Amino acid sequence: MEYEVIIGLETHIQLNTSSKIFCSCKTNSWEAAPNTNICPVCTGMPGVLPVLNERVVEKGVLLATAMHSQAQPVSFFDRKNYFYPDLPKGYQISQYDRPLATGGYMDIPSGEGTRRVGIWKMHLEEDAGKTKNEMGLRLIDFNRCGVPLVEMVTAPDLRSADEAAAYLTRLRQLLRWIGISDADMEKGQLRCDANVSLRPLGATYLNPKTEIKNVNSIEAVRDAIEKEILRQTHEYEAGRKIESWTLEWDEDTQTLKKMRSKETEADYRYFREPDLLPVYLTDEWKAAILQDFPELPQERRVRFMREYALPAYDAEILTSERSLSDYFEAAVKAYAGDPKRVSNWLLNDVMRMLNESGQTAGQLALIPAYLAEIITLVDSGVVNASTGKTLLEKTSVTGKTPRQIVAAEGLAKVSDDSAIRAAAQQVIAENPGEAAAYRTGKTGLMGWFVGQLMRKMGGKADAPKARAIFEELLA
Amino acid sequence: MSLSLQEVEHIAQLARLDLSEAEKARYRLQLSAILDYVAQLQKLDTASIPPTASIFGAASPLRPDEPRPGLTRDELLKNAPEREAGQFKIPPVFGDGTPSAEE
Repeated sequence: MEYEVIIGLETHIQLNTSSKIFCSCKTNSWEAAPNTNICPVCTGMPGVLPVLNERVVEKGVLLATAMHSQAQPVSFFDRKNYFYPDLPKGYQISQYDRPLATGGYMDIPSGEGTRRVGIWKMHLEEDAGKTKNEMGLRLIDFNRCGVPLVEMVTAPDLRSADEAAAYLTRLRQLLRWIGISDADMEKGQLRCDANVSLRPLGATYLNPKTEIKNVNSIEAVRDAIEKEILRQTHEYEAGRKIESWTLEWDEDTQTLKKMRSKETEADYRYFREPDLLPVYLTDEWKAAILQDFPELPQERRVRFMREYALPAYDAEILTSERSLSDYFEAAVKAYAGDPKRVSNWLLNDVMRMLNESGQTAGQLALIPAYLAEIITLVDSGVVNASTGKTLLEKTSVTGKTPRQIVAAEGLAKVSDDSAIRAAAQQVIAENPGEAAAYRTGKTGLMGWFVGQLMRKMGGKADAPKARAIFEELLA
Repeated sequence: MSLSLQEVEHIAQLARLDLSEAEKARYRLQLSAILDYVAQLQKLDTASIPPTASIFGAASPLRPDEPRPGLTRDELLKNAPEREAGQFKIPPVFGDGTPSAEE
């Protein structure tokens, strides 16, 4: 039988505020010792009161807008009650029936078209601490307690492991683009649980689903879902039913393990958080938050294809990261030639420099105007293409303008026939064997001759001219 | 309105309370009486009153996003029954060392 795969994703997104959601402790504990970014509020001491961080609301509104979700004029916080050692208050402050935003969607690539993935829920909440198993001990670190989270749950709209991966890739890109989360899955800044079920193709009902937890990379989400689809297919083929298990992904063995079910099924006894007042998102506040709302990556990708006649491949890569796409656009404006040429230089050379240095495009000493200048120098024949590439590096290191470097180091291309001719005659004189071989028909040696000449002239010769002179001299 | 013994046991389980049979019986009566008392509100006609989530008109006070130091680790760990490597040391939760499914 053919089955349709039904996937919904529940994501937890750590907002990159400086301080926690309800207290002033630092959020970034990546290199901090355990239990050092803590205070009476986030460790649940008696008699303390939470005070909401305004940037958390603002970043939540940015995400809501980017997800086409409706930010609500009034929202409330609620208590979600459960006992666990890394939750010192015995409840998590979350949102329930009146969250910050409702609805929304994201379009993702699917086959040749796009799939619209609906958003069911988007709410603000506080993160819990960390329970670690070390040397047979269970140890609790409260540094993460109170780090702001957005929980976002999709409708069961995804139809394959690849689509789930595409959703996460687009979400991560979006979170970084609007600057609300660093979204590094390996650091737990973006976490994902996947709900997976199968049904006969064409059916409209939903079968019981399993929930996959503890996947901390996009590749792991894809692998875990694919394994689970296979398992469920085998179960149905064998005439068995699927039970609503919670499964844990084991990265080391690449397998799913059944987790012990919670002792009683979730009974969180939500009620309004009495220590917090409602959040009123006034029109003025919302307008101020959205004042500098950026063009989003998908809009920009489509615009790049339309406005600059870029191939889809180029536009996709150039909009993968905001700083890179800003860089591209600034360089195109400074260059005033064919945008595809700028794209080629970026994709081939500048991106390699970025990968090697770990910088973002905006951090390069090679500013967009300098890249444009280098391409112009090559176009106009002042320098040859390989010198142009050298200039990229030299500009990055020295911060001098490309023209200054060309002038200071004498890099301008030598188009002077007599200089090239003299060097070519020298090459031929020093290599009589090769010259004789060429004359008897080994014309494949031409590249070698030009290479020898370039070495003599420090790479500055005009290559087509050198080739013409060799052809004449070796005729 | 009367709570069943099973409901009392469920509530006790959620609160991690280990009740004796006598306590369960006593709390069943007490909790039922509380619910009956509050249930009187159901008799009020609230058709013309919009649902009220908060009786305060005031909005939540907001805090600027500026980090400040809080407690030191030693101050925090004064409350720890046991400590190890700067952390709270606790017994296994489910007995088998399985991590929690909670987030």
